[in-house]
Amino acid sequence: MTTIVTLTFDGQPLTASPGQSVGAALTDAGVRSWRTTRRGGRPRGLFCGIGVCFDCLITVDDVADQRACLVPVRDGMVVRSDSDE
Amino acid sequence: MSRYDVIVVGGGPSGLAAAAAASGNGLRVALVDASSQIGGQYWRRPSDQAAAQQGTTLESLRRRLIDVDHYPEHQVWLLEPGGEHSLHLAPVHESVRTAAPPVLRARSLILCPGAYDRQLPIPGWDLPGVMAAGGVQALVKAHGVLPGRRAVVAGTWPFLLPVARQLAEAGAEVVAVCDANSLAGWLRTPLGAMAVPAKMGEAVSYAAAFARHRIPFRTRTIVASIEGGDKVDAVRLRKVDRAGTETLDGIDLVALGWGFTPSLELILAAGAATRVDLDESLVAVVDSWQRTDVAGVYVAGEATGVGGALLALAEGELAGLAAARDQGRSVDRGRAGRLQRQVRRGRAFATAMHRAHPLPPDWQDWLEPDTTVCRCEEVTVQDIRDACQSLGAVDARTAKLLARPGMGWCQGRVCGFASAKLAQGKGKRLAVNDLAPMSKRSIAMPVSLERLATDEAH
Repeated sequence: MTTIVTLTFDGQPLTASPGQSVGAALTDAGVRSWRTTRRGGRPRGLFCGIGVCFDCLITVDDVADQRACLVPVRDGMVVRSDSDE
Repeated sequence: MSRYDVIVVGGGPSGLAAAAAASGNGLRVALVDASSQIGGQYWRRPSDQAAAQQGTTLESLRRRLIDVDHYPEHQVWLLEPGGEHSLHLAPVHESVRTAAPPVLRARSLILCPGAYDRQLPIPGWDLPGVMAAGGVQALVKAHGVLPGRRAVVAGTWPFLLPVARQLAEAGAEVVAVCDANSLAGWLRTPLGAMAVPAKMGEAVSYAAAFARHRIPFRTRTIVASIEGGDKVDAVRLRKVDRAGTETLDGIDLVALGWGFTPSLELILAAGAATRVDLDESLVAVVDSWQRTDVAGVYVAGEATGVGGALLALAEGELAGLAAARDQGRSVDRGRAGRLQRQVRRGRAFATAMHRAHPLPPDWQDWLEPDTTVCRCEEVTVQDIRDACQSLGAVDARTAKLLARPGMGWCQGRVCGFASAKLAQGKGKRLAVNDLAPMSKRSIAMPVSLERLATDEAH
C-alpha cells in the first residue's frame, strides 16, 4: 500500500500507514511515552498493546482517555499527549 | 435487529468456530468482537490481502460466517443473565464508524473472551520500552512497526519463541530470550507432549530459526530488574537458583510474558461457576458440551483453561453444536464425539505445558519494596504488604480495598494475579475466592456517562 496518512502529535506532523493504530504510529516515530501518572508523574506509553491495560491513554480529536493501541490513524487526526491535565 | 438465537462474544479461533457451527446448524447468530478484523489475538495480519495468502483455517471459517451478523470494534460492557440474556455494547473507542445495536438479546451466549499475557511485577517494569510479549507481537505483525532495536524477551512459556523470532525477522537484534524454566520440563510429562505430536515439529523449526538469527536462548534465567530514566536502558539478568547478576546494556525493548490470563469478567457476570486451573488462572467450569452451570451460557477457548488455538477451535465448534442441539436442532453426533475426543487430547497437552512452565516459586523475593505492582493506581509491593501486615488484610479482596491494587482503569486485569499472590504470601495456591474479586468487573469496560444515559432508553 502506498497511501500515507498524516496526523499531528502535539502540533508536530506525523506520517503513518492506513490501518496502523495511533500507538503504532507514535512508536514508529520514536515516541515511547505520552502520558504521566497522577501520583508519581511516571511516563507511560504502550504496555499490553491490545486494549487491556489502559496505560496508553491519549487524547484524540479532543476526546480524552482513548486507548492509543486501539484507535486507528486517520488523515488529519489531532493527537495530544496528556501531560498537562 | 437485536434479537438472536445465539450471541458469540470474541472473534478469535474459538469464537469463529462457534459462530460458524451455530450458524451452519440453522441458528441466527451475532458475533461481537473488539477488533476491526476477525481472527483475535491469534490470527493477526496487516491486511485482508495477507489474510488471503494465509488461505487456511481462518479463510475457511470466514466463508462459513456469511449468515452471521458481525459487530466489530465493540465490547460488551454489561451482561445481564436471564431466561433471555442481554449484552450491552459500546464501541472500543470514540472514532468507531461501524454501528451496532446498543443491546443484543439471545437465549444462548457463547463466551470466547480469550486471554492476554500474564505479568509478574519486576523492578523497573513500568518504564516505557517494557511491553507485554503479545503487544510486541501485535506491533510487529499487525502494524508493521518495530518497537525496539535491541530486545530482551523474558518470562516463561513457549509463546516467547515466536515473539523473539518475529522480532529478529523484522530486523531487531534479540540480545537474549530468557525462560525461567528449563526445556527439560517437557521430559517430565512425555505422554502429554506426545498427545499433540505436531508441536514437536514446531519446536524443531524454532530451534532452526534461533540458530539462523543467532538468538541466545537462556534457560532458568530471569530478568532481575530493568534500568533506565524515562525509558529502558539496561536489563539485569540472573539465574533462578544462583546469586549474582549480569547486565545487558543498550537495551531499548523488553518483552515480558508469564503464560496467559484468561478474561473472566463476562463469565463471572453471567454467574457461571469457576475453578482455579493448574497454572493458577481463574477459568470457567464447563461440561463435555462446553456448557456452564448457567442455562444457555457456553464458554470456549482460553477461558476454560489456557491451551492454545487447536484446542480453542475444537471447543468453539463443540459449543456451537451444543447451542444448536440445546435449541432443538439435530446436530451431527459423530462430529460432536470427534470434537469431544480432540478436546480431551488438547487438555492433556495443555496440562503438560502448564507443568513444564510453572512460575518460579521465589518470584516474590525478587521484588523491591518500592516495585510497582498496580500500574494504574501506582500501588507498590510495600503498600500491599502493609495492608496485609499492619492493617490486617487476610485476603486479596481486603488488600484490594485497603491498598487499592486493581482499582484503576484496567480493573486488575494486569496486576490481579500478582496482587492476589502477594496478599496471600509465598507457598500457597490461589483459590477461587482469591482470584474472583480481582476478576469481577460489574461494568466490564469503562464507559462514558453519555453512554450510560443513552443506554437507559433501551
